[in-house]
Amino acid sequence: MSSVLRQCRAVLAKDMLLDLRGRSRVSAVLFFAVMTMLLFSFAAEPNPESLRLHAAGYLWLALLLSSILALGESFRSELEDEALEGLRLLPVDPRALFYGKALSNTIFLWALAALLLPLALGLYAVEVQGSFAQLAGFLVLGCAGLAAPGSLYAAMTCRARGQDVLLPLLLFPLVVPVLIACVKGTGLCFSGDAMNQGGSLLGVVAAFDLVYWSVCGLLFGKVIEE
Amino acid sequence: MSPPPLALEAEHLSRGYGSRWALTGLNLQLAAGRSLLLAGPNGAGKTTMLRLLATTLQPSEGRLRVMGVDPLADPMAARRHIALLSHRTQLYSELTGTENLLVTSNLLGLPRDTERIANLLQRVGLQDRGNDRVRSYSAGMRKRLAFARLLLQDPSIVLLDEPYGQLDPAGFQFVDGLVEQFVSEGRTLVLSTHLLQRAAPLLRSGLILHAGRMTWVGAAADLPAAFAEASST
Repeated sequence: MSSVLRQCRAVLAKDMLLDLRGRSRVSAVLFFAVMTMLLFSFAAEPNPESLRLHAAGYLWLALLLSSILALGESFRSELEDEALEGLRLLPVDPRALFYGKALSNTIFLWALAALLLPLALGLYAVEVQGSFAQLAGFLVLGCAGLAAPGSLYAAMTCRARGQDVLLPLLLFPLVVPVLIACVKGTGLCFSGDAMNQGGSLLGVVAAFDLVYWSVCGLLFGKVIEE
Repeated sequence: MSPPPLALEAEHLSRGYGSRWALTGLNLQLAAGRSLLLAGPNGAGKTTMLRLLATTLQPSEGRLRVMGVDPLADPMAARRHIALLSHRTQLYSELTGTENLLVTSNLLGLPRDTERIANLLQRVGLQDRGNDRVRSYSAGMRKRLAFARLLLQDPSIVLLDEPYGQLDPAGFQFVDGLVEQFVSEGRTLVLSTHLLQRAAPLLRSGLILHAGRMTWVGAAADLPAAFAEASST
């Protein structure tokens, strides 16, 4: 196994273990996501048709807003005792640090999406009339599209004052294309994809993922240097 | 006989934070296997100097070579030789002592050797606390665990920033023993401390920093007197 892959696996294993130990982070993000989805349903017009129409948007907005909490928290343990500096002291490839961290954040968002999807189906009274496989594809690729730039920007802002403001300010504009494609694609999965547009939208998300994951991996080393 | 190769070579090394210079124009040549005691008042630039030598901080000006390698060109190659024990222990408080060492071991690509980890924990006096989370450790115990991680790295250049800090008298003796061992093993050692009388007999050379500048260089044995004289003027 190449050293980058081995180091990436070590970072991923460490972060997953920290996630399992830090239950407060998991429960805080989950509670926030559920509350967001409930609030969206209160804010919308009180009729089932309106909720159904916007269900995909509400689901993705809940994921996006919750991801800000999750991404910020994922670097808190690295700063607590300057552990990130400890990692930088080791002969570890910065790409391994990034991909380990981004993968761990992606898995966290996948788990969150898996919990929020049934909630959205129940709360907004929608059914999946299109392809389940495509729906899974949008959730998998969409979460990856949030996690990669999110991990880079979280690393960039974690030592800055006002991180909680800076992270969404930087991240939201960048992930707009992925968000639009995921909302549209997920909506088609809910309502039925008569024009077979889902595949091309999935391709758009995959293309952005490819760009985010490769560019962010290259930039991460510069971001964490002092 | 040819002289030993240079482990650390700094030429006009400087680092600024905004408009303030924390370290200015440091010229240093430290041969492999030599030891250096670093002294200076608070804010003199000792930690900045150690972080620059450890390559975690990039110089604003000047050049550094670690075992002949330019860390800006190849940081991974330079970092293979170095370990820094910092003020902060850089541990994960939600992981156990053993898990913290395993994280480092995995990142370094060392074989999964739980016996070695157990031996290291025993060496630093934490054999009974290896399975406890670090958040339950005292400051001194965290420092001991950080020493265990440093030993796991097995570096040829050891940088110690206030190694006696937060330790009890038994811990002081533990650090003395480790420093003596590092020196006898021929590792290059740079140690920064305010306990000059304690550390001076263990090391060979000395250096005083004041306001980011190197103001005195000589034998470590002469450093306490030189520092006292400089402080009184």
